[in-house]
Amino acid sequence: MFVTIRLFARLREIAGAGDLRRELPAGATAHTAWESLAREFPALTAHERSVSCAVNEDYARFSTPLHDGDEIAFLPPVSGGGFACR
Amino acid sequence: MQLFEVTTDPLDVTRTAAVVSHSGDGAVATFVGLVRDHNAERRVLWIDYEAYVPLARKAFERIGAETAERWPAARLAIHHRTGRIEIGEASVVIAAASVHRSDAFAACRYAIERVKQIAPVWKHEHFEGGETWIEGAAADADDEAARQLAFERACS
Repeated sequence: MFVTIRLFARLREIAGAGDLRRELPAGATAHTAWESLAREFPALTAHERSVSCAVNEDYARFSTPLHDGDEIAFLPPVSGGGFACR
Repeated sequence: MQLFEVTTDPLDVTRTAAVVSHSGDGAVATFVGLVRDHNAERRVLWIDYEAYVPLARKAFERIGAETAERWPAARLAIHHRTGRIEIGEASVVIAAASVHRSDAFAACRYAIERVKQIAPVWKHEHFEGGETWIEGAAADADDEAARQLAFERACS
């Protein structure tokens, strides 16, 4: 199956593109897409723990299954704006 | 303008307030987030805001639904700007209208906390001598603890 992968901010800079089209095996999940991307762009690996994802423009989990034609977006941590330190 | 928008145009708090207020309201609380000239000892020159626009709009709608659940009398608008934003300009404007001021203030405060927690918007800060991505927490819209924290802030 073919999916569109969207990358933003720091992740987009690492991959050098914000919009990629990639082939994935049947049964792939968001995590499969991430792993395949991280093989292609090893610098992404360091960000895995802080990345969240969205499938077809809705919040999703790494366990979310993908289907042909899906759009999977990987989201680096959002701006925050001092939330943690009040 | 719609209630929930992401735009590259300059924001105007009066316009955002006008979207939510009507003759039955006794209060409109507004929040204007500005680009400031310093951050963590750096002299900030400007900030580029990047968003995943369709998901950001959905995040704002979700925050609107959460707000309506807790403060049924309040109506909310969230307008976020993207692209290069200069010092002193608004990056986000929130307006909450209600019959009474307490609900308007609480809904407005809750909404900005939630925007910061879950909206897929990223800040690329350009400062004297360099540039950096400003990163906070991983966006998890279903994180109940974060939502609870936003409620506590709104009601303190």
